[in-house]
Amino acid sequence: MSELLPVVWFGLLGLLLAGYAVLDGFDLGVGMMHLFVARDDLERRMVINSIGPLWDGNEVWLVTFGGALFAAFPEAYATVFSGFYDALMLLIFALIFRAVSIEFRSKRHTRWWRRAWDVGLALGSFQVALLAGIAVGNVIQGVPIASGGDYAGRLQDQLGTYPILVGVLTVTLFAMHGAIYLYLKTEGDLQERTHRWMWRSFGIFLVCFMLTTIYTLVEVPGAVANFQHHPVLWAVPVLNVLAIANIPRALFLERPGYAFASSCCTVVALVFLLGAALYPNLVISSPYADRSLTLWNAASSPKTLGIMLVIALIGMPLVISYSGMVYWTFRGKVELDEHSY
Amino acid sequence: MDDPLLLSRIQFAFTIMFHYLFPPLTIGLSLVLVYLDGMSLRTGDSLYASAARFWTRIFALNFAIGVATGIVMEFEFGTNWSTYSRFVGDVFGSALAAEGIFAFFLESGFLAVLVFGWSRVGPRMHFFSTCMVALGSIFSSIWIVVANSWQQTPAGHHIVPVLRDGAPWIVRGEPVMRAEIVDFWAMVLNPSSIQRLVHVWIGCLIMGAFFVMSISAWYLLRDRHRAFAERSFRGALLLGTLASLAAPISGHFQARGVYQHQPAKLAAFEGHFHTGPGDLSLFGIPDSEAAEVRDEIAIPGGLSFLLFGDRDTPVMGLDRFRPRDRPPVTIPFASYHLMIALGMGFVALTLTATFFLWRGSLFRQRWLLWIFVFAVLGAVAANQAGWVAAEVGRQPWIVYPPLPVDSAGNPLLDAHGFVTYESQQGLRTADAVSPVVSAAQVRRSIALFGLIYALLLGVWIFVLNDKIQRGPELLDRDADRRRPGFLGAAVTRTGHAESLTGTAAKGQDQA
Repeated sequence: MSELLPVVWFGLLGLLLAGYAVLDGFDLGVGMMHLFVARDDLERRMVINSIGPLWDGNEVWLVTFGGALFAAFPEAYATVFSGFYDALMLLIFALIFRAVSIEFRSKRHTRWWRRAWDVGLALGSFQVALLAGIAVGNVIQGVPIASGGDYAGRLQDQLGTYPILVGVLTVTLFAMHGAIYLYLKTEGDLQERTHRWMWRSFGIFLVCFMLTTIYTLVEVPGAVANFQHHPVLWAVPVLNVLAIANIPRALFLERPGYAFASSCCTVVALVFLLGAALYPNLVISSPYADRSLTLWNAASSPKTLGIMLVIALIGMPLVISYSGMVYWTFRGKVELDEHSY
Repeated sequence: MDDPLLLSRIQFAFTIMFHYLFPPLTIGLSLVLVYLDGMSLRTGDSLYASAARFWTRIFALNFAIGVATGIVMEFEFGTNWSTYSRFVGDVFGSALAAEGIFAFFLESGFLAVLVFGWSRVGPRMHFFSTCMVALGSIFSSIWIVVANSWQQTPAGHHIVPVLRDGAPWIVRGEPVMRAEIVDFWAMVLNPSSIQRLVHVWIGCLIMGAFFVMSISAWYLLRDRHRAFAERSFRGALLLGTLASLAAPISGHFQARGVYQHQPAKLAAFEGHFHTGPGDLSLFGIPDSEAAEVRDEIAIPGGLSFLLFGDRDTPVMGLDRFRPRDRPPVTIPFASYHLMIALGMGFVALTLTATFFLWRGSLFRQRWLLWIFVFAVLGAVAANQAGWVAAEVGRQPWIVYPPLPVDSAGNPLLDAHGFVTYESQQGLRTADAVSPVVSAAQVRRSIALFGLIYALLLGVWIFVLNDKIQRGPELLDRDADRRRPGFLGAAVTRTGHAESLTGTAAKGQDQA
């Protein structure tokens, strides 16, 4: 059993990350797309209020992911967080800036005030998605690690071709995800315009997805190794492709709810793909493979993992049920009232 | 400024102090909201409902900034204190995970209903959401204070070598050690967590009460929203008086606990350099070089009396600790004394106000109301000062080693008369910092935080001022907008235990 616990926690961290990517993914996407789809202040408020009550709770998934990583795999948490210092500081900066923009744009009616916060929201959302993607790209590719487990690279090493490619892929993925969400939540002219942007963002995402896939297969052999040893894992990319293919199908059939479900599945499948490529590593060391931080050498004690599992088993059903309740409360098309942003 | 350790400490102090402007406010205010929303539900009095809405808006503003600045704290453990994270992850992590899962989700999920749900859910569901947000913020404080208390008085763990492939992991010739949990509840209920948690909560209640009183007093002085302001002030005064009276009592027991587990820290608080009967200094300027407190005004034997009930019992001074184990004195001494002075001030102020309230002339005492407008700054300062004293006073340790004692409970001293800590059992702040982070990186991030926090603070003050200027709305104006849609009304109605006439009466009340 104690051998299994790190695996269970690897899975749970994957779920938390998938939860974050699906939920904050659409509100980051809406944050990026709103500059394009909304024409006037009323439309812009509709767009922002479509994520208004939800973005804060969505970000909690990231906070919990960070906390769970700290608790379950402190070695990996310490290495990644101190090694990616500048990237994470910029990520925090962007997250706060985004929150500030959403909270404060509605507080004044002047044009320049709202315009400034609109741009702030878009840039902040873009930066979060890009940095998160760059971090993932680095993790897949492998990073230099010193014998003590600390990161041994330089800042410029983190900005390689592959990490940037994954960063751009993440931006386009969230943009598409956000556009489909927005299509669900809006009506009339605004929805018409969102419809066009939904197609465009899907096209751009598809191109980035194919480029990244080719690059991974050719240039990052480590990411494919697991699939060669365990052919059953091919199910993940196959489902991934099916989910992507289902998005245009659902759009053609004019079933946006179905399309949104497909894009949620796409996001989840990509996170699982990341997990399948990494396992059993958390941080791949390159060039010295024996310094990789794995499920076994980076984990907390079985006792802690067991306690945390109890906490998670009690807590997660609660989290899922009241998250569901909140989403149910705010279902349907956006309506503005006196409490809106 | 080329020392990443010092810079990381400055950054942590800056970000945590900024963050801590908000949690005490939200915890204090959340209880005020539970009361107001509950009273509005019970009595149907529209004044309660309009007060609940006003304070909810202010609460949400504080909450949003609290969350945003709170994310920073969680990241900083890993970014700036990676060695610390490796050392404590196994123990500290489960508290943090519990905080994330139980507290954060509860708070932010229901906050949405609280703020945006007025017209989407019925009053009962709204009240339930208010309770859940309050519960979440309380949970959150529990886990974070537990984790911090564990660092002050560790328990329920053991320090063991980290294993790699079944053998101790050796880095640069030394085995890597870390704390691993043995007994979860002993960790949670470590010797200082309950006392510290109670004191933190009292601080939050004082903060919430003084915040409400400040805004209400301002309305009263300006003669605006009189009924609303009087009612808010009265409720907050009751809360503030009780909390102010409770603070010194809880503080007293906590100081005893500190002496028992961290005597060096209490010696720094009191500027007690030499072991012997302890005076209770009321004012002074500590001088570590000369090992004395200059210009001191003190109650002779007061410290010994408070600790032991006897004025002559010797109290361990800083001279019992090796210089490298001593905390700095000036900052803990000053902040500890500031906190106590402010606490005494709160007692005097709230009792005076209660006296005038009893005489029925409180709201005519303009001078007193003016003091209350600004007293909230004192509450902020007291909360901050208490934490500064606690955190600087535990230096040079980030995880405090246990005080070695003999079978009778007296501290063990070496041949030179010094307390001998087992250094392996704790972690020094100097050893906890991230080895790979450079001074230049931390300088950059401090600049980044300086920028965004200045922005946050500016906008916070601006928006808060805006909301206060606008004031609470009278609910009859927006009764129509508030009425739920057809479906919502149906759900609300079937959800009510009361009769239909009861609900209708409430509707009329609003209209």
